[in-house]
Formats: sequence, structure tokens, C-alpha cells
Amino acid sequence: MPLKGELRDFSTTQLLNLINLAGKTGTLTIFKANKSGEFEEVNGKKREKITAGPERAKVSFRTGKLIYAMMDGQDGNLVSVLNKAGKLTDEQARIIRERAKNTTDKALALLLINANYVSQNDVVSCIQQHTLDVVYNLLSWNQEPFRFDDDVLPDNNRIQVPIDLENVIIEGARRIREIEELNQHLPNLDMALKFPENPKEKFKGIHLSVEEWRVVSFVNPKNSIRQIAKANNMSEIEIRRIVYGLEQAGLVELVKPPGMEQSVAAKTARRPAPAKPQVQKVVVNRLIDKIRSI
Amino acid sequence: MQTVKMVITGPFSAGKTEFIRSISEIEVVSTEREITTPAEKRQKDVTTVAMDFGRITVDDDLVLYLFGTPGQRRFDFMWEILAEGMLGFVVMVDSSKPETFREAKSILETFRAYAPTPYVVAANKQDHPDAWSAEDLRIALRIEEGVKLLPCVAKDKESVKNVLLELLYSILEEMDT
Repeated sequence: MPLKGELRDFSTTQLLNLINLAGKTGTLTIFKANKSGEFEEVNGKKREKITAGPERAKVSFRTGKLIYAMMDGQDGNLVSVLNKAGKLTDEQARIIRERAKNTTDKALALLLINANYVSQNDVVSCIQQHTLDVVYNLLSWNQEPFRFDDDVLPDNNRIQVPIDLENVIIEGARRIREIEELNQHLPNLDMALKFPENPKEKFKGIHLSVEEWRVVSFVNPKNSIRQIAKANNMSEIEIRRIVYGLEQAGLVELVKPPGMEQSVAAKTARRPAPAKPQVQKVVVNRLIDKIRSI
Repeated sequence: MQTVKMVITGPFSAGKTEFIRSISEIEVVSTEREITTPAEKRQKDVTTVAMDFGRITVDDDLVLYLFGTPGQRRFDFMWEILAEGMLGFVVMVDSSKPETFREAKSILETFRAYAPTPYVVAANKQDHPDAWSAEDLRIALRIEEGVKLLPCVAKDKESVKNVLLELLYSILEEMDT
């Protein structure tokens, strides 16, 4: 069954993270958000219901890697992509479009490489950049309905360049401008950071900026995020943005620093924390037997 | 007589009342009230304002009580009272409503802070065509690998039994450590 939802509840970054971690293969379709005029209450807040309008974008993945992206209104074929990147002039693009109407992107790429119009590297990097541009664009969308269909992939004639999602997620997070979203995600800078299991594996092939490395070098459950920001002379927004990106890419995890555990519990409990019920194993086993027999 | 208590929590309309109703030996003592907000009314007609209360009698000496919490935040003053002395808790999530995932995670964290008791997460409404799979929910809700996330259909007694048994197994495991 397809994954369905709305970007206002589950953001593009969260979706990319889910697809990456689950190693999914399939196509994500994002639709225009049409306001319905009807209202619903979600988590105690009233909001207008939206319905799925026409398709706005399609992004495809194979085993958790980004392979193709298309925005509504852009044809996204090879000639247009190379033309946009300045590898083909407008005139060249016009002539090639006329002469190669029924040629697939893959066949056309071979023709252009053999004719020394472009190199193989040009084709790969331009397709990759086009795909990334589409995805970065939709990272700023925050309302639209979406659907992820497992095992649905684009036409095989399209050139597909696999791109690791970790870097996309990090770069995407850099581009997220809404400070509110960052604040909401990380409301408490007194939290600390720790590395996940197998950090070496996760950091393999990752390209971090100097600022990100500076934060990474302070990752330790004893250091609060606020302290890391202070040590690196970073503003709250800068540190939130970096931590958000690192966390979404699975490179760090949020933890409560020592001592905070208690203070959080103290804040939550209006009375002393209730003692654990004194229940013996034999009681639990009797409960198990009873429920099994129902 | 010894009584033990488990709490069934989760966001509004996650299926907590249905869950208790499926397994309780008594008609669930429900404090449901007719919904007054039109938006909520579209989802269901009645909601739990204080608690649901179900019972499973093991024998003359032992009774298990199931308490369902009200899902809406405006009733959260009840949560801590219900959490007191619980043996463990179940967090119900409506797998077909991603708009409630954030709230489910927040409720889970709140209950974890109340008491360090074992818990499981029930990915409810798995029979719904729009339901997210339990594996996807684990990633979406950022549930650690060590925590059980169980597919569930609250109106199916066998499914409810499975969730409660898994919670009891977790309680046993914790007693062993």
C-alpha cells in the first residue's frame, strides 16, 4: 500500500530520511495542495483540510538512492538539461530537438558524446545537478499532499544517476530557511549529541562543511548543544541548522546530558515520581497465561 | 486481592477505547462524551474525557485493569494520575494518520518521563488502506530498535492479545535484567 500524507505533517526532509533509512525503491509524487474550505481539528488545533490537486513533482528512488526527479512544467529531457547547464547553446538544442525527436535520452547521450558535443562527465553531472535542483526546490514546500508508490520507477529511457540521500538531506537542511521549523525540531539547546552506532560507516563518503566538522568535533553526551555553539562562536540559528542536518542524515543523535534526566523528570512530575509497582514475576506469568487463554 | 494496572495511551482517535473494549471482560466503563467540536465530530461521535476502564480477572487474587487515557491535550492533566503505579503502557498510533505521528511521539515521551516502565507501540488500523507499515512508522516516529512496535487492529481481539502479551514479555525481560 502507498505511503500517503501531507508535507505539513511529514516534511520532505523526513520523507527523504525515511526512504534513505528503509532503503526504499519507488516514486514519490507530490500534488498541488487545494484548499477544501472544510476544517478539521488536529492535535487540538483547527486547520483547513486540503485535497490533492494536479501533480507538481515526481521523485524516484532505487534502494534508498535518489535516481530521478521531475517538476511539473519542465520537460527534464537531456537536451533541456544540457541547454540549461550551458553545455549546449539554444541553437544547438533546437537543432538536436528537431533531428532527434524519437531518440531516447540514453541513445542521444551516446550520440552527443561520440560527436564530441559533451563528455560523459558533463552528462552525468548535469543530470545529477538537475535532479538535485528539483529536490532542493521541493524541500521548501510545506503543505502539499504526497504519495509514495513502492516499486514504481520512471521510464527506462531516462538517464538515472544514483545520488546518496545523506548529502542531499544535509544540503537540503542548509537551505531550509524557516527558523520556526528548526526551533520546533530542536526546542531545547541544552540537549547533547552523541554518535550513532557504527559512526565510521555512516560518515563514509559524507562531505561535511568546515562548520559541520567543527560541531562534529565537539560531539559528546557531556557537551550541550548550547556549549558547542558557544565554543564555535555560532548563533542559535547556525547551530540549529547544522544539528538538524546532521541528525536528519543520521550522523548524530540527540541525548539528554547527565543531570538533565533528573531535571526533566522534575519538571514533568508535579508530585514525586511514582515508585515502580512491586510486582513479582509470578504475577506477570499469571497475567500472560490468562491473556493467552482469553 | 492484588490489582495491577496498564495504561493505553495515544493521540485522539488512535483506537484506545476500541482496544480496551476488545479484551475487557466487563462492558468498558467509559467516560465518553459527545464531541462538541465540529472538526472532531467528523472523525468520531464520542470521545474519552477522563478515562476508559477495562478489567481482566485472572483469579480471585489477581485482577488486571486497563486504563485508557483521553487523547486530547486539553485533558492531559489526567495522564499523570492514570500513569501512577502502572506496570507498563501501550502507545496507540493511528497508522493511517501521519498528522498525528508528532503528537504520538510527544505523548510517548511524556509517559516515559512519568515512570520508567516498559512500553510497546501499537501501529493501529493496519487494516486501513492508507496505513503506514510498522517498519515505516518506526523510522517516522524514531522508535529505537529495542522498543517493540507491533502491527495492530484494535477491533480484533487476537491482535489486542498479541500487543498485551508482548508488553508483558517486555516486563518480564526487564525483571530479568
